[in-house]
Amino acid sequence: MSDSRATTETTSLPARLLGGTRDYLGGSAGRNIGLVLALVVLIVVGGIVAGDRFINLENGLIILRLASVSAVVAVGMTFVITSGGIDLSIGSILGLASVVATIAPVQIAASQVGWWLMAVVALGVGAVAGLVNGAVIAYGKVVPFIATLAMLVAARGVAELVSGKKTLVVDGVFVNGLSVHTGLVEFFRGSPLGISWLVWFAIIVSVAGWLLLNRTTFGRRTVAIGGNPEAARLAGIKVKRHTVYLYVLSGVSAGIAAIMLVGRTTAGSSTNGTLYELDAIAAVVVGGTLLIGGRGTITGTILGVLIFSILLNIFTQINVSNSIQDVSKGLIIIAAVLLQQRLAVRRNNVKPKL
Amino acid sequence: MIKDDYSTSLLDVRGITKSFAGARALAGVSLDVRAGEVHCVLGQNGAGKSTLIKVLSGAHQPDEGTILWNGEEVAITSPVAALKLGIATMYQELDVVDGLTIAENIFLGHEDATGGMLHVASMNREARALLARLGHRELSPSAEVGSLSAANKQIVSMARALSHDIKLIIMDEPSAVLDAGEVTKLFTVIRELTSQGIAVIYISHRLEEIREIGDRITVIKDGSSMASGLLVPETSTPEVIKLMTGRAVDSIFPQRTALPDDAPVVLTVDSLELRGLFSGLNFEVRAGEIVGLAGLVGSGRSEILETVYGARRSTGGRVSIRGRALRRGSVDAAVAAGIGMSPEERKSQGLILDEPIFRNITLSSFARFAKAGWLDERAERDVAREQIEALDLRPAEPDRIARTLSGGNQQKILLARWLVHGTDLLLLDEPTRGVDVGARAEIYALIRRLADAGTAILLVSSEIEEVLGLSDRVLVIADGAVVSSAAAADITEQDVLDLVMKGAAA
Repeated sequence: MSDSRATTETTSLPARLLGGTRDYLGGSAGRNIGLVLALVVLIVVGGIVAGDRFINLENGLIILRLASVSAVVAVGMTFVITSGGIDLSIGSILGLASVVATIAPVQIAASQVGWWLMAVVALGVGAVAGLVNGAVIAYGKVVPFIATLAMLVAARGVAELVSGKKTLVVDGVFVNGLSVHTGLVEFFRGSPLGISWLVWFAIIVSVAGWLLLNRTTFGRRTVAIGGNPEAARLAGIKVKRHTVYLYVLSGVSAGIAAIMLVGRTTAGSSTNGTLYELDAIAAVVVGGTLLIGGRGTITGTILGVLIFSILLNIFTQINVSNSIQDVSKGLIIIAAVLLQQRLAVRRNNVKPKL
Repeated sequence: MIKDDYSTSLLDVRGITKSFAGARALAGVSLDVRAGEVHCVLGQNGAGKSTLIKVLSGAHQPDEGTILWNGEEVAITSPVAALKLGIATMYQELDVVDGLTIAENIFLGHEDATGGMLHVASMNREARALLARLGHRELSPSAEVGSLSAANKQIVSMARALSHDIKLIIMDEPSAVLDAGEVTKLFTVIRELTSQGIAVIYISHRLEEIREIGDRITVIKDGSSMASGLLVPETSTPEVIKLMTGRAVDSIFPQRTALPDDAPVVLTVDSLELRGLFSGLNFEVRAGEIVGLAGLVGSGRSEILETVYGARRSTGGRVSIRGRALRRGSVDAAVAAGIGMSPEERKSQGLILDEPIFRNITLSSFARFAKAGWLDERAERDVAREQIEALDLRPAEPDRIARTLSGGNQQKILLARWLVHGTDLLLLDEPTRGVDVGARAEIYALIRRLADAGTAILLVSSEIEEVLGLSDRVLVIADGAVVSSAAAADITEQDVLDLVMKGAAA
């Protein structure tokens, strides 16, 4: 490639220190090992600065519980980003889904048939919002950034209209002076094998996402469209239809996250999920999925979510202010992306094109 | 033309070697370039031409060997050092900035300025003089480069080189982005340069061009110069091919096979129209037949292919496969009906460059190997391996990333894709662009084999020789209409050019 002529031959010091391992670190397994390494370092540092408050089983479970909602959203985001798109609206969709699933009529109906009805409603809201996103992008030819930015603003507005800007407490609806009982909160308090249902949900979604991306025709189409949409189209892949599916998938994952968040916080609110899209993008990018599309890794995304969650936990344990937490998050994102780029360049330089 | 004083060389390169991480890119290249000559460097993809260019332009440092410039040993330590000596390089992907004017591009990096204030008027004046030196007075220095054709961008790139008081220009496949008319103009400019004593190192795959513009030839194979400084008029084409590929070839085009009279019509194009480009297009392609479309760039020949394929939505008329009309503007309908296409821009339209060979081969058919949506990569790899073997695709590793392959092998991936998918009609747009001579013959043989197996083939190429040599029948396109249809054996290159020019003038 001609752009390699712009790259100088000088090898930087870190590259020389990495030496023979650099080839390995450039590979996908290598990238994940790098993330696991970062995770281990973080845990060790946490143990040193926060001691027993950080290193104990209960705190570990708390971290996982808090990470679970982000993980589900980030899995959906991984698909969209792998295809070369972006979904800025998932936080708002999450908020909207949490509100619609907890309005009085739904709660009353759910108290009759079961809390799963609320989950179905949340997923349905996510799917419809995703469908709108996908249709506007694929058939309206609006760039994903703008289309989902519009949804980010609009869905939050709809959520405020539906909720009247009030917090909709689960089982807080009164019929004939008696509060309805949906069973949702009890369900999410459950923890089979000592692990919260929230974490199980995240595990199930992650495994399903991994299989979908790596083992199915759906995943292959996603990677192909991200790698070269024109080549995919000319090979006969229905690019537009698939694009719609991808945003529906992202919306549905926001719906799943919504019901999990409602289960955890016991309420639906139009402010639920605010800025979750940015956390998800950060985790996806730190995890090694290419922002330009064509390469995606669910494992990396999950490791990215864990890194941020653990960092947040450590900071909270040692009373670091929110402002400093945010600055650190920003620095981590830049450091991770710079490191990725270095490794990518190096990998390309090892086998020069003649 | 070569000056008579053969005594001193402008550039004398002796025994250059260069390795990357143990892989030998150059294993001993020697050549000498004289002032005012066009020195052609030939070699297959991967022979080491690009590395040689990078050594001469200062982007790479050689491991061994010496470089003499005007008889003195020099080290070209950086692209800036090369420019200081008087060596400029014109890369294939031109390094002009689209958003700047011609003058701004020419003086990019060495602007005429006082204390940061640009002297626009004087730069425009000098730019105009440089453009005039290249015989392109019609280009305005204040025009934005983004609006120029590829040919004119090359002129800007050359003017920039001249602005540095250059003695040698290295041109890396300058004709790759040009059509026949533009190549003629490029040659005029090159002659203009050499008449001013400037030497040109000309890299190209196209042997016919070298015969026209070149003074001497150096052939590189596997990183070594096989022959250096051969005089063009005294060197036959088969000789050059033999030096490049290491094997003798009689004819690069395969033998035609007679089409059976009862060969069924596969493709019927009926009054096809794409508003603004062509209209009232009628032709047929039969099973086993190779039909070539000849015409100038801009004649609409690529667009015809894309419209047949549904990649562009026709504004009128009909495309039918075996009598069944296709849905308009739908690639997936075309693919389902048995059409395949190898697009003009292999890298941007054909391949997913960062994916492995096997996934590129199965890009149109992976769903068929899958069971209920679950991929069967083992089956995909197996079928890819079969194709790799049948087409002699190299390297023969299904998991190799497509980006790392040569143009010829990337082309084979596209052919393999449609072989696996199975097609009744194959549309080939510039199937040998950027493919070197040795691999070309293989691609031609493959296309003929496909036709012999009953595939109908519609071919577009900017090289008339290729259209005539490979096709059974040639349709000449001018101004969006078929102006002639003839058996390829009955028509000459000159006939085609006359028809094309007549059409363009009308």
